[in-house]
Order: sequence, then structure tokens, then C-alpha cells
Amino acid sequence: MNDDAVFRALADVSRRRLLDRLHADNGQTLGALCDGLEMTRQAVTKHLAILEAANLVSTRRRGREKLHFINPVPINEIAERWIGKFERPSLAALAHLKSTLEGEDHD
Amino acid sequence: MTDAAQSSEFVYVTFIRTTPERLWSALTDPEQMKKYWFGMHCESGWTAGSPWRLLFTDGRVADAGEILESDPPRRLAIQWRNEFKPELKAEGQALCVMELEPADEAVKLTVSHSIDRRPSMFIKAVSGGWPKILSNLKSLLETGEVVLTG
Repeated sequence: MNDDAVFRALADVSRRRLLDRLHADNGQTLGALCDGLEMTRQAVTKHLAILEAANLVSTRRRGREKLHFINPVPINEIAERWIGKFERPSLAALAHLKSTLEGEDHD
Repeated sequence: MTDAAQSSEFVYVTFIRTTPERLWSALTDPEQMKKYWFGMHCESGWTAGSPWRLLFTDGRVADAGEILESDPPRRLAIQWRNEFKPELKAEGQALCVMELEPADEAVKLTVSHSIDRRPSMFIKAVSGGWPKILSNLKSLLETGEVVLTG
């Protein structure tokens, strides 16, 4: 899989939203994924095809239904290639500092 | 599999530039496994009906089960139960299926893990580990080295 396809697929708020929905509830049908979204079924189908081509979504048939699953493996590969090289502890410390300063961490 | 509303499942896919035979060997050989599975390895006869165990570096049993299907170098199905965390063990048997399909110059490896309950702490626990293991496996087969060791 090439990184360009992954980055292109992620560079769209609607597609990231679809991935978030699958992360929250994995293994959904097209109908369930469309539910509550202000996108046409055709638009969701098109976005899912781009995500599938980038290997960010995998599908599986169960009876007459086609279920969609988030596939985090390409994102993990990118994270290890670009972030894993750096000091993870210092990144964690910065993330903690940010959340403390931004007020998410007060007792 | 039963009704999706009553089960938990994930399906992970990676494309590895290798042959199905080499990938099958990496998935079933303890010495190769230790390199990409953070020191852990599986023990099994790898034929249908064989017992299967996943062992920690120190030899303690992490998970155990049985090989349900074995069709080298295409498909492996493992009945899989956690053995070291009581709350995960209590969820019972899960099913792990690994499928290997030639795809151009690479092999498409699909790993699915499912259990007949929703939500499932077991599925949540294993879903975090597989992406790292699969990235390491891909790196090992393609470059001879793993990315993460600890």
C-alpha cells in the first residue's frame, strides 16, 4: 500500500468522520453508516471506496449484508515510520503539558 | 457468525511483499514469531484439532485454544481464549481467522478476531495489539528487521 493513498484518503473531513464512526462502532453496514449523516448514500459509498482503496477500511460479507471495518494497520505503519523514530516519552510529556495548560486535566 | 448486533469483531488487513509460503512460515514458526510478536510465540501442531497456546517470554500461558481449520498457505482458524486475565477469560472463546491471498507482487493478509458478545473487553484488548504485530511482521518479511522491539 502506498502512503500517498493513505494521506489522500485522510485529507477529507467526511472520510475522517466515517473512520471515527467505525472506530466507535466497528462492522457497520452502509445503511447504518449513513444514518444521521448529512451526506447522500452515493457520497458515503464514494468515500468508502476511497478508504477501502487506501486499505483504511476492510469489508466482509455476512449473509446479505456487507459490513465495514476500520483498518488501522496503515496508520500504525505511518506512525511507526514518522513518530516512532523520535522520543516517545518526550512526546507524551508534551501531550500531557498541553492538556494540563488547556485545562482538561484539573482536579 | 451470528447477528452483528450480538457479536464483536475486527478485520485487519496488510499487504506484505513476500510469498504465501514465507508468510505462512512466519505465522507458524516460533523463532520468527518471537521477532515480531514482542518476544511472545505460539506453540501448536498447526493442523485441525491441534491444541494451540500463546506464550509470554517467560513461558507463562497468555492465551490457549485449538486449531479449527488449517489450509496452508491459505487459511488458519484458531479457537482462542484468554488465560491470564480472569475478566477476559470469563468472556469465553473467540475466533481468530487468518487468510492469505496472493495480490500482485505481495500477499494480502487478513486477520479477523470475533466473539459472540457485545461489547467485549477481550476484542478491545486484542484489537490494540494486532496493528503493531502486523506492522512488525510486514517489516520483518520485507526488510529483515522489526520496527518496534519493546
